Amino acid sequence: MKSDYIIDVNHVFKQFEDGQYALRDVTLHVKKGEFVTILGPSGCGKTTLLRCIAGFQVASEGDILLNGEDVTQMPPHLRPVNTVFQKYALFPHLNVYENVAFGLKLKGVEKSEVERRVKRALKMVAMSDYEFRDVDSLSGGQQQRVAIARAIINEPEVLLLDEPLAALDLKMRKDMQLELKEMHKKLGITFIYVTHDQEEALTLSDRIVVMREGKIQQIGTPTDIYNEPQNCFVADFIGESNILSGTMIRDHRVRFCDKEFDCIDEGFGENTAVDVVIRPEDIYIWRKGDGIVQPEDVDPDDRVPKGNYTKWYGVVESSIFKGVHYEMTVKTANGYEFMVQDYHEFLPGTEVGMLVKPEDIQIMKKEHYIYNYFDGEITKNGKVRFLEADWDVSDEQMAAFQPGDKVRVRVPFRDIDLQDHENEGVLSGEVHFILYKGNHYNLTIRTDEGYDMYVYTNDIWDDGDRVGIVIPKESIILDKVQ
Amino acid sequence: MKNFQKRTNWAWPYIIFLILLVILPLILIGIYAFTDLEGHFTVQNFVQFFSKNEAVNTFIYSIAIALLTTIICLLLGYPAAYIMAMKSFGTPQVMALLFILPMWINFLLRTIATVELFHMLNLPLGEGALLFGMTYDFLPFMIYPIYNTLQKMDKSLLEAARDLGANRRQVFTKVILPLSIPGIYSGIVMVFMPTVSTFAISELLTHNKITLFGSLIQRSFGEGGITMWNYGAALSLIMLIIIGATSFFGQQEEAGENMIR
Repeated sequence: MKSDYIIDVNHVFKQFEDGQYALRDVTLHVKKGEFVTILGPSGCGKTTLLRCIAGFQVASEGDILLNGEDVTQMPPHLRPVNTVFQKYALFPHLNVYENVAFGLKLKGVEKSEVERRVKRALKMVAMSDYEFRDVDSLSGGQQQRVAIARAIINEPEVLLLDEPLAALDLKMRKDMQLELKEMHKKLGITFIYVTHDQEEALTLSDRIVVMREGKIQQIGTPTDIYNEPQNCFVADFIGESNILSGTMIRDHRVRFCDKEFDCIDEGFGENTAVDVVIRPEDIYIWRKGDGIVQPEDVDPDDRVPKGNYTKWYGVVESSIFKGVHYEMTVKTANGYEFMVQDYHEFLPGTEVGMLVKPEDIQIMKKEHYIYNYFDGEITKNGKVRFLEADWDVSDEQMAAFQPGDKVRVRVPFRDIDLQDHENEGVLSGEVHFILYKGNHYNLTIRTDEGYDMYVYTNDIWDDGDRVGIVIPKESIILDKVQ
Repeated sequence: MKNFQKRTNWAWPYIIFLILLVILPLILIGIYAFTDLEGHFTVQNFVQFFSKNEAVNTFIYSIAIALLTTIICLLLGYPAAYIMAMKSFGTPQVMALLFILPMWINFLLRTIATVELFHMLNLPLGEGALLFGMTYDFLPFMIYPIYNTLQKMDKSLLEAARDLGANRRQVFTKVILPLSIPGIYSGIVMVFMPTVSTFAISELLTHNKITLFGSLIQRSFGEGGITMWNYGAALSLIMLIIIGATSFFGQQEEAGENMIR
């Protein structure tokens, strides 16, 4: 059967020897000639996915098709793909010419033909004068060009690039991005590009695959991913964003920050808890007030779209110049913080008004709401066991249960106490993911036993902080198992 | 600065050691080799060596045995080092320890044990036993430098070669082998040099039936009394030149390799 896609990744799982899953049910279809970027933080499985396509790793489950042909078990040297490695992996015992010619010589291509094609490939990457240089005498950028020439000379159907620009400095990286894009156009082959740099992904790709913890979070064009992130992780990872908890009142009407707004989203049902994403550059900001007009003030009518929009107000808390725009934090009277980007600066202390157009409000389904749920069991000594630890529970909660009973444990996000010292908690764990929700932090804590729990807090934590977990006994609610 | 000055003073014991036990003996060997018993300059000692067929034959035989040992060590040691470095089985640390373990025991003890082993198995002592014993003694010196270069090699190079269409054999011949040449050279030098001058092992393992160049030197000094010292010094000098040439050759090659890197 001939597939429409050049690469099909179907329900691929990859489990390492230590039992950890690097990929969980990854499905991805890539069209011929597409530039697809796999984007995610380190450890999200993006490189593993690339290595499975290249053949350096074999998927534990699922299959990978190239041009409709199953290559899941095929060794890398037989696959019609070539890889550009993160650290170039140029052969130190060969010069530039020999490095580039390596693949062709293995195939037994005639010498004059090899020479012609090496020259062409080196010209393509603007390295024509370097043929007989030792690779170690080249700069990082030059080495990467040679690595690209070495890969494309074999005319692969798919070029795999594993963070090829990660080791270059910023300016070099920007230049190479443009060159890669140009090269992709000229060659017309499929590029699969792995990066953790969201800006790079937005700049280069036809489509972006956002990954986290071995799972695909969202696949879409750069504008889709940016404007319509499907969950908090994507919204937070790609660009800056204000993420707030809200309620979808009905279609096209959402409530957050204690105000109601028009929006264009629908199909969430009525009075549903949702997450709201607003990009900082989508917020209109102007000086609030009636009397004092200063010379540098701008007529708000010029800058604020006309119409019956919901406005809200706050005071500028901080302002940082970012080159093109100012990035300001505005705090509302009811305690919400908004990040706002604008070409005009509003000094700290300024009272400002804000509004956002309905189409710039992105609504996402809430993944978790108010409570953590765990399976538990009543122990003989009147405690409840869950998350592999024993917890004290209030007497009235306990009244309905006998030792040995299975229970459903409910713990509000808000009520979990995190301790600085991990040994002060009943359990210890690590801060795994942080989301600022305008007026509180939404943390994901991963316990040492590998369970996740969600915690709302006003305290500031860092990714990877070790914490002790305490749950006050009156906050543990027990329900009968149905 | 004062501290630094003081610290350089710490090197003096070793410098004295070096002068007394390395430089001075070398000068003495040079003087003895080119003088006769009365202390007059002569090349007679060298003439004596080159005119004696037996001595020259011993010399050539010693080099041949050393070469053979080196080749056997290379053939046995390379695969061992390769397997350890590519961690195809077991933990590499444990494997490395197992290979290095024999070096913990004095080589004379090991040689005597080898002799006993041959007696126990009713195997004759002689050339075969000599090669076996020398290989056993010097194998770790071959394995270790090769293991080191292979282990330090960037494994993504192997993936790059695979990616460019090389099968497993081609990955080895086109990438692994050329990149491990510096290790092979060190291994060769480290095995060849001591085996050329060996004598105790050969005496024990051949029951004194086979005389190696090292034994020749040893006898000149040990059994010949003071009258043979000048001749012994000449022999030592010849051996020094041979060993010096091998290690110089090795270094040249390594320097060449480093330039390519």
